[in-house]
Amino acid sequence: MACFLVPAGEAIVTTVVQKVVGKREKGVSEERTGNTGVKWSQRLGWLNKLLWGGVILLGLEHIWHGEVVPWPPFLTAMDKPGETGPMLHEMWTYGVPMAIVVTAVWAIMVVFVELRAKATKDLPEEKAQTVDGGV
Amino acid sequence: MWLLLTALAALIASALWYVTAPKDKYKLGLLSLIYWGATLMWLVDHVKAYIQDRGEFFEMDVNATALGFCVILFGLVVWLIVLMVSDPKGIWGKVLKK
Repeated sequence: MACFLVPAGEAIVTTVVQKVVGKREKGVSEERTGNTGVKWSQRLGWLNKLLWGGVILLGLEHIWHGEVVPWPPFLTAMDKPGETGPMLHEMWTYGVPMAIVVTAVWAIMVVFVELRAKATKDLPEEKAQTVDGGV
Repeated sequence: MWLLLTALAALIASALWYVTAPKDKYKLGLLSLIYWGATLMWLVDHVKAYIQDRGEFFEMDVNATALGFCVILFGLVVWLIVLMVSDPKGIWGKVLKK
């Protein structure tokens, strides 16, 4: 019904946070960006891409199934008063776990990159390479 | 079916990103993250629906397959728009100068 609105809300928040962090990072030397050389704004960018990508494609799926329409109130569940409650319940039971899983996978990505960078840093100089993820 | 097709697209995009990494001139990392984001969300959706309703995990019909291909196409369109706007090869500048 509208489960994708929960990750959409998170994506809006993390996009704003990324912008703020990005502004603060300007002028910060590379030594302060951790082991990886990857700035926090870049790491938050991975989360934003995961969230926005999912939200956009799930939005298409909801349009396909007639749950989202191009005219107000946009969500067909909001047309009938009896369906608003189930819609909010679905947002809680489906949308929140979606947002949590995506955020958890992103956290694993960040930890993995940190550990790989740490392992690379311990290698001899000629073998060491910066891990930037390329994303 | 759209979950399977999106997961397949995510795997292919990730493999292509890895081949070209660490340079990511054509933003294949973005493409793979778009597909992975949708794959994770639909995975949660399918698992929760399966636990609640005990129905089929994958919908294997023409409608679900068509949706899967539309989702892949739409992901490619989003990626292409971002690529065209960011213009990593500076093509627009060269074309407009002519």
